[in-house]
Amino acid sequence: MGLFELAAANLISPIILSFALGLGAALARSDLSVPEAAAKALSLYLLFAIGFKGGAGVAAHGLDATLVGALVAGLVLSFAIPFVAFGLLRAISALGPVDAAAVAGHYGSISIVTFVAATSVLQSQGIASEGYMVAVAAVMEAPAILSALWIVARTGRAAEMEAGLVREILLNGSIVLLVGSFAIGWITGEEGLAQISSFIVAPFQGVLCLFLLDMGLVAGRGLRQSRGVLGFGAVVFGCLMPPIGATFGLIAGLLLGLSTGGVVLMMVLSASASYIAVPAAMRVALPEANPSIYLTLSLGVTFPFNLTVGIPLYLSAATLATGG
Amino acid sequence: METHEAKRVEIIIEAPMARRLTKALRDAGVTGYTVLPVLGGSGRSGTWTREGQVSAAGGMVAVVCLIRADRLDGLLDAAFEVVESHIGVVSITDAQVLRAERF
Repeated sequence: MGLFELAAANLISPIILSFALGLGAALARSDLSVPEAAAKALSLYLLFAIGFKGGAGVAAHGLDATLVGALVAGLVLSFAIPFVAFGLLRAISALGPVDAAAVAGHYGSISIVTFVAATSVLQSQGIASEGYMVAVAAVMEAPAILSALWIVARTGRAAEMEAGLVREILLNGSIVLLVGSFAIGWITGEEGLAQISSFIVAPFQGVLCLFLLDMGLVAGRGLRQSRGVLGFGAVVFGCLMPPIGATFGLIAGLLLGLSTGGVVLMMVLSASASYIAVPAAMRVALPEANPSIYLTLSLGVTFPFNLTVGIPLYLSAATLATGG
Repeated sequence: METHEAKRVEIIIEAPMARRLTKALRDAGVTGYTVLPVLGGSGRSGTWTREGQVSAAGGMVAVVCLIRADRLDGLLDAAFEVVESHIGVVSITDAQVLRAERF
């Protein structure tokens, strides 16, 4: 399937249309909303399901030497991407150093929902990927926060990096659940997956649709409320940075010899921006950074970009590069 | 029924800072407080709502405590150290309590 056919098929998939529905409803000021507790429950379900399936995949196909390489690559990418993002932001946007560093931290980290959406696209195309990419996702959540704080410290401003924050970042609920369910899936293997597949496999796409409906609502609300917060340069950054990050992911994936699906997921992880772990850490460590800027860029610009344009683009590039 | 004068301190603060604030209050000798969820609002930092928020980053909470007037300054010093650089509101109102020895 060519890039345009893939992009078109992706655009009319239930998950993208659900996101579009939420986005449109929020922009049109509809009172449609997903209660906070329901959104959290959907997110817990998705994290558990994706972690479990990844662990079961590793149990079924076994570990290979590339696992350690992929984890190290993820760690290095998460540390390094914020520096590229910070340089780009300072060059093309009017953001000050603290706001730019806070945004850069988000782009070094990952969006687990973009990752889930990409695995869903891979499944629909019948493309296999390494189960341990879930562990790579978990590893890439936090290092970017340290890079962002280091960048701020270099500019002579104080960042509040206390011991409690490090613990909170590393034991962030989404990381604990992802790693924990991955471990359970790995330990119980295919047999464990068979026991709960009616819960975590069959309803997965439907739950993902509901979650993306909510993401659309949150993104639309953010865009509406922060009108005028983002300048043209920042919006350009939000669409330019994902392909740049994905290129680093592509290089890492090819060097590691990952499968086509694995390369796509490495690209998606490098291209996506966090909206769970990093914003909370930034509120504690960099209170002077404007949350409207980084949340709107991450959720309102980069997330929809990756969902609609990015994933088909990365899949085509990875297929071309791996010859898969 | 006999009532006693007290101060009611309400602190609206960003959710990620709530644990730090309650720890500072306990360290300052505050014997009790209540943390309440808040639905949404608007202020100098823009409009926000807790609906659909997967991350706690965008949310706010209200921390309410009742305290004897002579202990108010200690509480405010401790609270201010946490909330100073963050989004939030601190307000103090006069209140009446029934069991003074608890505050």
